[in-house]
Amino acid sequence: MKTYLSKQNRVLLAELVRTDFKLRYQGSILGYAWSLLKPLLLFIILYVVFVYFLKIGSDVPHFPVYLLLGIVLWNFFVEMTSQSLGSIVGRGDLIRKIRIPRWIIVFSSSLSALINLGINLIVVFVFAIVNGVDFSFTALFLTLNIAEIYFFSLGVSLFLAAAYVKFRDISYIWEVVLQAGFYATPIIYPLALVTNIFIQKLLLLNPLAHAIQDARFNLVTHETLNIHALMGDSLLTIVPVLITIFVLIGGLFYFKSQSRTFAENI
Amino acid sequence: MATDIAIKIDHVTKTFKLPHEKQSTLKGALINFRKRGYEKQQVLTNLNFNVYKGEFLGILGRNGSGKSTLLKTISGIYFPDSGDIIINGKLTPFIELGVGFNPELSGRDNVYLNGALLGFSRKEIDAIYKEIVEFAEIERFMDQKLKNYSSGMQVRLAFSIAIRANTDILVLDEVLAVGDEAFQRKCYDYFNELKSKGKTVILVTHDMNAVQSFCTRAVVLNEGKIIYDGDTTSAASVYRSLNLKGSENSIEKKNKTRINNASRSKGITYITTLGSDGEEKTLFGAREPIVITCDVEISDPTLDYSLYLKFNNPGGVTISAIDVDLGKEVLSKIGKKRVYKIKWRLPGIYNDGSFLISAFLTDAIAGNVYAKQEESHEFGIQGWNTPNILIHPNDSYSVEQKV
Repeated sequence: MKTYLSKQNRVLLAELVRTDFKLRYQGSILGYAWSLLKPLLLFIILYVVFVYFLKIGSDVPHFPVYLLLGIVLWNFFVEMTSQSLGSIVGRGDLIRKIRIPRWIIVFSSSLSALINLGINLIVVFVFAIVNGVDFSFTALFLTLNIAEIYFFSLGVSLFLAAAYVKFRDISYIWEVVLQAGFYATPIIYPLALVTNIFIQKLLLLNPLAHAIQDARFNLVTHETLNIHALMGDSLLTIVPVLITIFVLIGGLFYFKSQSRTFAENI
Repeated sequence: MATDIAIKIDHVTKTFKLPHEKQSTLKGALINFRKRGYEKQQVLTNLNFNVYKGEFLGILGRNGSGKSTLLKTISGIYFPDSGDIIINGKLTPFIELGVGFNPELSGRDNVYLNGALLGFSRKEIDAIYKEIVEFAEIERFMDQKLKNYSSGMQVRLAFSIAIRANTDILVLDEVLAVGDEAFQRKCYDYFNELKSKGKTVILVTHDMNAVQSFCTRAVVLNEGKIIYDGDTTSAASVYRSLNLKGSENSIEKKNKTRINNASRSKGITYITTLGSDGEEKTLFGAREPIVITCDVEISDPTLDYSLYLKFNNPGGVTISAIDVDLGKEVLSKIGKKRVYKIKWRLPGIYNDGSFLISAFLTDAIAGNVYAKQEESHEFGIQGWNTPNILIHPNDSYSVEQKV
């Protein structure tokens, strides 16, 4: 562990994240403001469509905040995985010419996404206050939910980044998977809208759905249908966490096994 | 490991898998899953040597001999298939200058980024930032984007950061190949500084002068194997002979196609060059005598023939020519068979270059050309290393007291 976080690695990691941020909104007039505007604009669209036209979520208290939190968390997953996917190939110039730990590249992408999430969460909190959300102590558990999403995303990212070196199809496949995932996760619709109980339970086994619903429960309203509300104390409730651990370890091992030949295969 | 060893290269073998057709799509991989054809190319074969502390080691070899692969394996960019590389100290590779430079970032940001790749923290860069910029002579441009720099400015900046690297072992790949003379001089100064500081350096280059003036030892690689390990003078000559062999092969190949292409003229059947041992040879060293031979077949023994032999440089200038008297009286004394071999002996005085032989068989009296072979055989001379001189006559001179 000491060598993983040696001074040199920490310096490099910080510099890569910094570069990432400097380059992200390169040439755009609003610059970093886009980090906030992007989720806000998406939120407005979804809010208008689902709340005004389709009248969904009227029975969920603070539905706008509930919706925004879901979108922000889901976007965190999308951003982290999509950026990590091309990160190894994109940094091919480094990998072929200098000896740096390969994982640092994916890790730096994940950190940029995490920082972006932090900025977005500020917007969520402001919204929550404006909307009159009654914060309870459970808001502290939000960090655990974010940790679950982060580690799940990191596992997926490591796998994608390593696989993309060999198979460039992955980027297209991943776009489709993300699109499917967006609908398979209760983000824009309340889970209660799914009438089949079995499918409700199945959807909640997805670590992302599990974490997002829990985050809503912890921050926005205790009326959120989370895994405990649905399955009680059944052993099934730890399945999403097990999946997260499995994905993370699997991703790490796959990345490690492939990383030796990155320089040759890029 | 003995403490005086900086790098131990222990029976290292490296193979690349080269797919016949690179599969970078899933479909391709699925279709060719079973019959995926790839070639295994062994780039390094069982390399085994040590680099000692304070040594300035040159690695020589022709293109494709495995130099860069060896360097990247030592640098930890590639991993060996078998064997081990043990490094004793902090190693910094310079496979290229300015690794990680981003054209969209300012010169200043690039200094910090490149510095981080070399292991400098922001604080450490802050301390030497002024020095770096001054050395690169681009103070005015530091806040401009790198893409607006000239290539010379980029190299200067990169070099200026690179030489601050505080490390025990440096791995340099052809850094000298870029930049103008002033830059090369800076490089040489840097090498001298490294030497005086007793750093361990591995240098890959084709520049024999650099090897002979800086390196304390040199390794010659050929087809992934070490064929020489020792002092630089012998290494340089081993390397040169490798290059000679290479150009010999290419000349012979060209000669073969020439023979195939030339409409085989009836009178002149074969032209070649021989070494002093009488064996066919196309590449000669400095001072090495050359024998040009030409086989001639006479159709009418009652005529007086003459053979005109010459060789040109590739620019078409005739370097030397000779008229061979093949009159009927001369030939009748030699033999009854109508085939003759003419040997033209040349001293080893011609300068480096490639030369093309032509031959014309004519009627000695009327001057009609019966047969000709124009530029049908090539031979080369290498080893003088004296450009701008045409010939080296074996002139002797003396210096005496003036009376």
